[in-house]
Amino acid sequence: MNQSLVIESLKKSFGDFKAVDGIDFYVEEGKFFSILGPSGCGKTTLLRMIAGFLEPSSGSIRICGDEMIGISPNKRPVNLVFQNLALFPMMDVGENIAFGLKRQNFSKKEIEEKVKNILEKVHLTGYERKNVSNLSGGQKQRVAIARSLVLEPSILLLDEPLGALDLKLREQMKIELKKLQNEFGTTFIYITHDQSEALVMSDKVAVMNNGKFEQIDTPKNLYANPKTSFVANFVGETNKFEAKLIDDAGVVKTKEGIDFRVNLIDKNIKKDCFVFIRPEAIVMMVEGNMEDMNYFDLSIKTILFDGSNTKVLATLNDTEHEIMVSLPQNRKFAHIKEGEVISAGVHISDCKCYE
Amino acid sequence: MPIFLWLFLLIVLPHIELFLMSLKYENDMGDMVWSLQNYGEFFAEEIYWLTFIRVALYSILVTFLTFVITFPIAFYITKIVSVKYKGFLIILLLMPFWVSELVRVYGWMILLRESGVINYFLQALGLIDKPIEMLYNDVSMIMGLVYTSMLFMVVPLISSLDGMDDSYIEAAHDLGASKIVIFFKIVIPYTAPGIVSGSIVVFMLTLGNYLTPNLMGGKNSLWFTEQIYNQFIASFNWNQGAAFGFLLLILSSFIIWLGLKLTKQNLTKALS
Ligand SMILES: Nc1ncnc2c1ncn2[C@@H]1O[C@H](COP(=O)(O)OP(=O)(O)OP(=O)(O)O)[C@@H](O)[C@H]1O
Ligand SMILES: [Mg+2]
Repeated sequence: MNQSLVIESLKKSFGDFKAVDGIDFYVEEGKFFSILGPSGCGKTTLLRMIAGFLEPSSGSIRICGDEMIGISPNKRPVNLVFQNLALFPMMDVGENIAFGLKRQNFSKKEIEEKVKNILEKVHLTGYERKNVSNLSGGQKQRVAIARSLVLEPSILLLDEPLGALDLKLREQMKIELKKLQNEFGTTFIYITHDQSEALVMSDKVAVMNNGKFEQIDTPKNLYANPKTSFVANFVGETNKFEAKLIDDAGVVKTKEGIDFRVNLIDKNIKKDCFVFIRPEAIVMMVEGNMEDMNYFDLSIKTILFDGSNTKVLATLNDTEHEIMVSLPQNRKFAHIKEGEVISAGVHISDCKCYE
Repeated sequence: MPIFLWLFLLIVLPHIELFLMSLKYENDMGDMVWSLQNYGEFFAEEIYWLTFIRVALYSILVTFLTFVITFPIAFYITKIVSVKYKGFLIILLLMPFWVSELVRVYGWMILLRESGVINYFLQALGLIDKPIEMLYNDVSMIMGLVYTSMLFMVVPLISSLDGMDDSYIEAAHDLGASKIVIFFKIVIPYTAPGIVSGSIVVFMLTLGNYLTPNLMGGKNSLWFTEQIYNQFIASFNWNQGAAFGFLLLILSSFIIWLGLKLTKQNLTKALS
């Protein structure tokens, strides 16, 4: 498969501060690639270098095989959907979408045709003469995406485009964006700090922290096999324990004094380490002494009802340390009450231990 | 309500008075009679309406030049220079306007006159043999008028450029527009209300300026305000002066109306 984008040892410093600190990755043609990271980790800086608004301090950016360093944004085969959308307020919807086409010397008729087609694809048929300020948030979003997609870029860059929308609309637009990407087959590079957006839409996700990529993987792998403690902590809900290694074979004692047999992900742990256990990995009401399970008691503190996503907040054994446990929605657990003590267990491989 | 009272007392009332005055004419018997003779005088006497047209054209020119000169300054201050120096630069820009127009014009005269600073240096450098007169012509007058007007253009320009998010420029650039296209298709249309309000103020002030054309213009650089002044003060013909004043008001309103029509702008939007 062809590579739309290849980035090699890309760096950007602002004075002494390294905003992007040596990044390598490639994106295959037609894929939905997300960059997920906390605020200030350098996502926008990276995207602006790809779009051409920022000159990298060093490194290389190749788009469809061509080196892009030194090429101005209007000459690059990429388009950017801005965080604030940046729809031109003095133009109507049709003029906004036609703006880029006019720069490419299409005939008036072709432009009209293309604008009409793209509006149809984003479900805004007949909106050509509407004023952009009268559109709803979701409609503006689609106009901004249409304005870029109509130019048939090799890569579409999106900088947290759903950030300004309310929750309900965001859920809707997530699905719609994914559909649009499928339909057009354009390579999408999508920036977000919302892990659910990244996991739901992407073919691949890069998790970014302090200007570096921690892991590039499929959403499923990222969730199931995080490579670093940052990824384990940042992607998906999890329970975190501070612990010390007491046996190199994989036994730790947590700060609260509970012993766990763990899955050592980092092989070179000296003593201090972190253990992460996903809420859904904990199995309730099991007893026994299977080789590969950790067993403990849970005192139920609170039941956090949220439909199919209901969880309980419980403390472990006789410690004060609270953890989250998913509560499967079947009859078996319907009787669980606050204050009850129940036995529980977790598979050793689900207790992931990092430096 | 006080605003209407204020408008009425200070603007409407004097103008009604002025209008009535302009319609009175002293006939051969020495009686004051109602007549359009004052307005007829204007069209009969070539010098009057020629000055009138000249002043209109020059005012348009001054407005345009002021815009051309101040726009890059406003753009530089709002979009290019770092925020740290922005306030400082704006203060630097406003500084000359803390002194009165008279002092400012006089400053130019000190620079430009025959025994002035510029002539002195040109002579000292051996570039010219004898001093040249740089004052008292149309060029120096227009320069003075532009200089006097700059503040009134640059302030609305800065405020409308300030309101323009940089992402509009970047988005246009990203969509394939060159710098020139961005300027004409994005920046100018976006700042149009600021440009219009700045232009209206500069145009009105220039048209109604008395001091600068008088001090810096030459014998042939007659300004229409000077003729109004002459009628009122020199010839004591208040009725004629009133008619001229009224014609000036109509002229300026008409040109502004035409300008708004041609650029498809509207007044309320520009001034809000
Ligand atoms: N022009 C600049 N000069 C100095 N520092 C900058 C500049 N631009 C960005 N930074 C710094 O670089 C870091 C990364 O910024 P960036 O905008 O890329 O973060 P981000 O990951 O997009 O964050 P967010 O999710 O909040 O948008 C930040 O700490 C920011 O302060
Ligand atoms: Mg950002």
